[in-house]
Amino acid sequence: MVRPVPATTATTSPETANPIRWIRKNLFNTWYNSLLTVAAVAALAALAPRLARWAWHADWAVVSANMTLLLTGTYPRDQLWRLWAALLTVMSLFGLSAGAWRGNPRRWIGAAAVAAMLATTGPFQAPARGWLLGTCAGVAAGFMLGRGLTAWRRALWRRVLVALWVVSVPWIYLLLHGWAGSSWLPRVGPSAWGGLTLTLVLAIVGIVASFPLGILLALGRRSRLPAIRWVCTAYIECVRGVPLISILFMAQVLLPIFLPDYRIEHVVRAMVGITLFSAAYMAENVRGGLQGVPRGQIEAAHALGLNGIQTLALIVLPQALRAVLPAIVGQFISLLKDTSLVAVVGLLELLGIARSVLANPTWLGRQAEVYLFVAMVYFIFSFSMSSASRRLERALGLGER
Amino acid sequence: MSAQPGYKAQGQSTADPIIICEDVHKWYGSYHALRGVSTTVRRGEKIVICGPSGSGKSTFIRTINRLEEHHRGRIIVDGIELSGDVRNIEAIRREVGMVFQQFNLFPHLTVLDNITLGPVWVRKMKRKDAEELAMQLLERVGIPDQARKYPGQLSGGQQQRVAIARALAMQPKIMLFDEPTSALDPEMIKEVLDVMRELAHSGMTMLVVTHEMGFAREVADRILFFDQGNIVEEADPETFFTNPQHERSRLFLSQILHH
Repeated sequence: MVRPVPATTATTSPETANPIRWIRKNLFNTWYNSLLTVAAVAALAALAPRLARWAWHADWAVVSANMTLLLTGTYPRDQLWRLWAALLTVMSLFGLSAGAWRGNPRRWIGAAAVAAMLATTGPFQAPARGWLLGTCAGVAAGFMLGRGLTAWRRALWRRVLVALWVVSVPWIYLLLHGWAGSSWLPRVGPSAWGGLTLTLVLAIVGIVASFPLGILLALGRRSRLPAIRWVCTAYIECVRGVPLISILFMAQVLLPIFLPDYRIEHVVRAMVGITLFSAAYMAENVRGGLQGVPRGQIEAAHALGLNGIQTLALIVLPQALRAVLPAIVGQFISLLKDTSLVAVVGLLELLGIARSVLANPTWLGRQAEVYLFVAMVYFIFSFSMSSASRRLERALGLGER
Repeated sequence: MSAQPGYKAQGQSTADPIIICEDVHKWYGSYHALRGVSTTVRRGEKIVICGPSGSGKSTFIRTINRLEEHHRGRIIVDGIELSGDVRNIEAIRREVGMVFQQFNLFPHLTVLDNITLGPVWVRKMKRKDAEELAMQLLERVGIPDQARKYPGQLSGGQQQRVAIARALAMQPKIMLFDEPTSALDPEMIKEVLDVMRELAHSGMTMLVVTHEMGFAREVADRILFFDQGNIVEEADPETFFTNPQHERSRLFLSQILHH
């Protein structure tokens, strides 16, 4: 078993506290480091004025005027409350979970308060402001509630929360999609979804569907039955051998040929393509984890009388998955970013919408602002995922020590 | 704890066999690991199995709960014959506890969850009852204060005692020990052997593969000496240690006692 080295707290010695000494020690300690320092400073000095000039002339009106479009695409404007309700659901669940898993109260309540202040003072219209404030309140209230409930019965409420997360995915899908003939939630087909909403829907559906599929494929590849093993191996290797973009094209063209009786929406075809693609990579990650579980663990489970499925679910998978958690999260992050490829098959997710905004002559020459905004949005979500994974690793690492 | 010859004979009647092995063979590819092992273990009997490495002693006790499949011969445990039938295998594994050289505790579960896993999932015991049982067993092996820790936070000796508690939680009729002290630092061997001695006193049927000859002499009713995949000498400890019959056992004893 690998024992993680405990992080040593950085000690500030008097030597490093003195800035001149620090600079001499870290930037000019050898002749080549001095050279690099001088070159880097010169490059920065050359670039800085241009950057400043661009920032001075940047016009963010292109982003603020198209904010709704960038975030929601062509979702019916009178139905936007459904997206807000979905946001409220997710953020309240985040709050509850943070409270239940002993998140830092100052950080969570503080973040909610800062967000609420921004929502009050920012340039929002009345309904948006209300929903934003409601969401902030949802996070804060969820946090306190999660703390309170788990202080009372921890194991029970944590299990309830996991169940709520699982249920939230179909619930949000239903909320967004609605159904035909409903006056409360009239049907809004996936073709009307766009912008960040579509990006997130594609990413979440891809993650939620490819995770179990990938586990099954990994188990299949290690199966004792040759037929299953060959099918799974062939699938994994074929999918890994082609780029996502070709799978997306194939999904657009082939699915209607295979299933001519159903009119499958373009967005659903993209979801299928992304899921099938991601599952193959997920399978290889999980397989790595499965190989790392020592034989003795399985023997001990068998010796206790656990059957094959119990051994897999209680002993092997928990250890395998936590061992490859960083790789899995890394894959989810690239899946999120890879959703931008659906722009090529004509879907208007975040990047697609951005390009269509730029096609409007009103916003001629504002590429930098728009792409910077898009990049920032991707960064926020990717970075949140990786920091959440780091927290999770620390929490789960307890068992390894 | 001193030797008490009296307890050895407790609870056994000669006509009450719990394990019957007849002509058990096992191959690893072309390597003939077990070559016709036959023996009978009575209820409550303590058997110590020793022999040079590669002699098949670990393989033999691992066939008794089917961690290794035997290829010829018969093994009958508590009236059930071990065959390919999964139901028979599971029934036997419920009655046979095992302790491994490398402990094999589940690192992602707390000590308490390690012990309650079998009772809850296999015996369908209520969690609360299982935890009560687990605490009693931790008390018995002397580490009730470690229940909420993870295995990685315990010393080797403590881990092995948890492993014994985990096996006992299934309330088995037979306990198998596969070199339980071989991976331990010398100062931790005693704490594990003490628990095993106490278990022997309680009348448990035990099969122990070990090189701890002091333990064997004190606790065993019978010693099986393995060499080249078969039992070459089978005797009570007194005879085995003072007057070994077989050339190979004499050599083994001289090496292990005078090294």
